Amino acid sequence: MVSRTVTEQAAVKTKIGTGVSGPRGRKNPGGSGGRGNGGGDGFSAQDSPERYRIGMWIALASIFMLFTALTSAYIVRAGTGNDWRPIAMPRLLWVSTALILTSSVTISFALGALKRKEHSLYKRWLLLTVVLGLGFLATQLLSWQQLVAQHVYVSTNPHSSFFYLLTAVHGAHLLGGIFGLDFLLLRSWRKAASAKSEAKREAAASAVALYWHFMDGLWIFLFLLLFLWR
Amino acid sequence: MAEVETVEDAHDGHEHHAGEVHRHPAPTSFIRKYIFSIDHKVIGIQYLLLAMFSVFVGLILSVLMRIRLTWPTAAVPGLAWFFGEAAPGGVMNPEVYLALVTMHGTMMVFFVLTTAPQGGFGNYFLPIQIGADDMAFPVLNMLSFWVTFVGLVVLVAAFFVTGGAPTGGWTGYPTLSAIGEQLNVPGAGRGTDLWIISIAIFCVASLLGALNFLTTMLNMRTRGLSLMRLPLTCWSWFTTAVLALLAFPVLLGGGILLLLDRMAGTSFFVPGGLSNGETLLPHSGGSPILWQHLFWFFGHPEVYIAILPGMGATSHILSTFARKPVFGYRAMVFAMFGIGLLGFFVWGHHMFISGMNPYTAMTFSILTLSIGVPSAVKTFNWLGTLWGAKIRFATPMLFAIGFVSLFVAGGITGIVLGQTSLDLPMHDTYFVLGHFHLVMGVAAIFGMFAGVYFWFPKMFGRMMSERLGRIHFWVTFAGVYAIFIPMHIMGIVGMPRRYAQFTEYKFLETLHPLVVFVTIAVFVTAAIQIVFLFNFIYSLFKGPKAGDNPWEATTLEWATTSPPPHDNFAGIVPTVYRGAYEFSVPGAPNDFIMQTDPDPSHEHEAAAPAVLERQGGNGDGQQNGH
Repeated sequence: MVSRTVTEQAAVKTKIGTGVSGPRGRKNPGGSGGRGNGGGDGFSAQDSPERYRIGMWIALASIFMLFTALTSAYIVRAGTGNDWRPIAMPRLLWVSTALILTSSVTISFALGALKRKEHSLYKRWLLLTVVLGLGFLATQLLSWQQLVAQHVYVSTNPHSSFFYLLTAVHGAHLLGGIFGLDFLLLRSWRKAASAKSEAKREAAASAVALYWHFMDGLWIFLFLLLFLWR
Repeated sequence: MAEVETVEDAHDGHEHHAGEVHRHPAPTSFIRKYIFSIDHKVIGIQYLLLAMFSVFVGLILSVLMRIRLTWPTAAVPGLAWFFGEAAPGGVMNPEVYLALVTMHGTMMVFFVLTTAPQGGFGNYFLPIQIGADDMAFPVLNMLSFWVTFVGLVVLVAAFFVTGGAPTGGWTGYPTLSAIGEQLNVPGAGRGTDLWIISIAIFCVASLLGALNFLTTMLNMRTRGLSLMRLPLTCWSWFTTAVLALLAFPVLLGGGILLLLDRMAGTSFFVPGGLSNGETLLPHSGGSPILWQHLFWFFGHPEVYIAILPGMGATSHILSTFARKPVFGYRAMVFAMFGIGLLGFFVWGHHMFISGMNPYTAMTFSILTLSIGVPSAVKTFNWLGTLWGAKIRFATPMLFAIGFVSLFVAGGITGIVLGQTSLDLPMHDTYFVLGHFHLVMGVAAIFGMFAGVYFWFPKMFGRMMSERLGRIHFWVTFAGVYAIFIPMHIMGIVGMPRRYAQFTEYKFLETLHPLVVFVTIAVFVTAAIQIVFLFNFIYSLFKGPKAGDNPWEATTLEWATTSPPPHDNFAGIVPTVYRGAYEFSVPGAPNDFIMQTDPDPSHEHEAAAPAVLERQGGNGDGQQNGH
């Protein structure tokens, strides 16, 4: 790796053709705050699995802003007009909450198993998380059905509008998380070819887990906002 | 393009196969190479072409608007066919004018000012300037372009639906935009639906793009490229991506609410007691002001999304052609952050006239004026960069200086409009029109022109014509001032904006010669863009060949071939030894030192044997050099 690096620099220099010397650079090429993975971990600049985690944090920032916007709209709308009549909470939402909380625990177990290289355990925890996620979505749909049976629709009043909207947007994002879990599951069937792909797999799994925890926290927040905030 | 292949073929000949470093091999089929490409350079050019299409459509719309304003009864050939009943005999109805306003604004703000500087130049040059082989997520990158493309198709489709294009302005204020077909207003039906859907699609595309930019910049800088050695262009794309990441979700949220109001009968934005003239509408209790808050929370950062990449390119180009380092590099970086940060807390100044608590207005006003501080830091540092320099007046430099001029001219009136008491009488007049077109419209466009003239040799391996470039610059530069300075005067006299004609207003009669003058200036400025288009296409095929570094610049994009090979550096990971703008360094043999240059004090000839030795007998690595 190191020797190749020097050769590569040299090639660049020749190509530029702007009067350069060999390796007697007077400045330390490392620089402060350069690449975090510049050591001997076997990754070139382009290959770092770190990018999955960084990318996920950035994606979560934008999802956070989406829900911030909807929440502020909720709070403003609750204060305007005199038609704000909160709907009765469908009891089933407690089940939803329990399911998604449990799923956060199971995905943590899955990640722990992956880190200890217990692959069959990892697969099982992952599968359980998918099932719990689907269970959450099912209870959400059932609670929609209950509300419809009580003739509470999207346009009934602003609170019901926000209820359907927020649960739908959260549900769509959670569905994305389930796709992420499925992707991990499909991958876990194949054995990692090298330490490099192993590390990639771990980074992808931890990124999906991060997303999942965020969705869990987001649901708790929405639950409190919709039914406990007055 | 043939050159790219040659370089890669030559490269495959020796030890370092591109595949070892590069994550995806060069595509061979036409579709994977030019259409559904995951190469950031191809995607960048796709973005630029999309923006070029949009800017010419937007330009034609603005010419039509000027015709409608100046000669309300003039018949324009072809319009009867395009607009049908809305333009009988080619004479535009007032609704057509409003549709033109809306589509011009939307096209220009979203599909030109947001896509070209960031999606186009940023996509092409951010990875190269940080020494990476591609973006962090190449497939996501392809996706964000094609989602943008779908957004544009949906927007253009709004011209062709029953009821015509939307008439609610690019800001889409409810209640007009929220009620829909029940209102029996042209364009408020299907056209507005498509407009909102197009914007929502665009939001998603921009978010995917921003995610990619930020990850790439944080994670993929090459060896030795510490943060304070980055070109200012990279910082501008980074700051822009942060703004896009945090602002577009808010617009997306607002768009969803607006769509629900229209399609699901909710009342987020529509107040009760509205009638369409026949029946009472079933909405109640919504707040139109809520939309304005959501929209402008996005809308103000959007202004900086449009202008910041232009600032980055201007700093980059001024330094290169002044042969001097950027004056106050760190201050430039922090000023950019300052502008970005403050940009999130000033949205209220778009809404002074909508009515708000005077204390709130005061807060927004003070925050708005404080943006003048980082803006002035940037302006003075640009002037400091130019001070005492032996300037090379090439076309990119002319446009970069033009950017500074327009930014100052448009920014000054921002200080006027930032004050509540002055904004209230001016807000709905041509004064605002002149202000924002200079500062965010034309200045950003000048940044793009500077970028095209500057990077064209790198992107296509050929130079653009300097003579045509100069003609293009001077006519455009004089033209935009001739268009927008008179608008300030019209605004002070009280000419209201968004009106289709002024013939019925006695107090505006004296302005008619000025209106005609502006329209003629528009014709000339629009026509001269054909010179640019000709220069672009002609140079693509017939321009003189550009070397690797025609401008004698220092940053990494000039350390590779023109155009760069598929993986940017032909299998090499470049190493950076110094900051981005080392021009005229005392004692150095040349007046510029490349970032990849470890030691400028030695002559090339003396170094050659050492290089060969270092190659370990792999001397054919040098064949990339031609």
